[in-house]
Amino acid sequence: MMNKEGNSYTLVYASIVVILVAVALAFVSQTLRPQQAKNEAIDKMQQILGSLHVTTTGANAEMEYKKLITDSYVVNVKGEKIEGDAFVTEPAEELNKPESERKYPVYEAMIDGKKKYILSMRGTGLWGPIWGFMALNDDKNTVYGASFGHAGETPGLGAEIDKPAFGKEFIGKKFFNHEGQFVSIAIVKPGKIAQGKDYVDGISGGTITSQGVDAMLSNSIGAYHEFLKK
Amino acid sequence: MGLSEKNKLILLGPLGKDNPITVQMLGICSALAVTSKLEPSIVMALSVTVVTAFSNLVISLLRNTIPSRIRIIVQLVVVATLVTIVNEILKAFAYDVSKQLSVFIGLIITNCIVMGRLEAFALGNKPWPSFLDGAGNGLGYGIILIIVGFFRELFGSGTLLGFQVIPQSFYDMGYSNNGLMILPPMALIVVACIIWVQRAKDKDLQEK
Repeated sequence: MMNKEGNSYTLVYASIVVILVAVALAFVSQTLRPQQAKNEAIDKMQQILGSLHVTTTGANAEMEYKKLITDSYVVNVKGEKIEGDAFVTEPAEELNKPESERKYPVYEAMIDGKKKYILSMRGTGLWGPIWGFMALNDDKNTVYGASFGHAGETPGLGAEIDKPAFGKEFIGKKFFNHEGQFVSIAIVKPGKIAQGKDYVDGISGGTITSQGVDAMLSNSIGAYHEFLKK
Repeated sequence: MGLSEKNKLILLGPLGKDNPITVQMLGICSALAVTSKLEPSIVMALSVTVVTAFSNLVISLLRNTIPSRIRIIVQLVVVATLVTIVNEILKAFAYDVSKQLSVFIGLIITNCIVMGRLEAFALGNKPWPSFLDGAGNGLGYGIILIIVGFFRELFGSGTLLGFQVIPQSFYDMGYSNNGLMILPPMALIVVACIIWVQRAKDKDLQEK
């Protein structure tokens, strides 16, 4: 047997271990991928439904989604419908493309006989990406509901944005001012106000995340503003 | 399945006198983080048990071949692989829980109990006792997590595994959930109470 403490033994040993581990992990990842993708899709449906104040469990999300979401399509920055599947369009990937080629997903829902438009948002928080879905009334201006998600904001502080309580603050706020200009909705420190536009309170102790949401609203919803004007 | 006296002690010791949390004071950090609800506590307990048991088994099988200069690295690779597999399985079959546990599953890699058992036991013992030792320590850790999770969810949210157990009539009479229970400090206090009870019953554990 080779000298167990020798350099060549150590190197060969380490290489074999690493190769075996790589094969095992690749196999596990490939085998479980379809099931994981399904879970991620259901999670996304739950978030979309969350912006309509519909809470679902993993089991009934797909059914509710099919019932409530009547149409979905993608638009370009000029607000024209273009080819594409809204559900598989990832706002994060779209941001890497030139603006004229970006696709923006739109979902339509029917609630009590009234049409709602759900727009997709993507931005950055303190530690990583944040995202959300904004449901607007048929005037394409007034917020019906909103849901937010995050990858790893601080629990208890920035992470509070994914709670329904934060999304509820947006109800009834408007993205356009009286002159019909897009002004977004501001996130302000609790107690402060924003001039010339609607605003909601940010999260105490989650300042950077709140600023991230503020920027996300004006960037992501702003990208839809031609679509919203139509 | 018959276990010899010695193996029985290896498996069951960590549930009582050798408990990793209450006696050895290891793994406290994750015990605080994941125990605000019972369900993630149970999943975390199972995940850690699987990881400690199988990493002990693998390292024990390899113990005579591992070059001692890179033994910690080899241990880490084995633990990290198992944790990644557990994480992938949770993502596929228990997505909600895996979202709740998020980073804490990944952090099992750094759980002192896992590395501690590899160094202290698996490197010097045969595979079967090592497997039992890992399982025992995982379960010893898990049982504390489940006890803490039980009390925190019961008094913090009035539910168990998501089902309402404290009847509405209590709330109508003025009972309210204790918000402090779902904050991390309460986990320390509950762990401390368990330690108190355990040491009161078992005088051997009391420091002189």
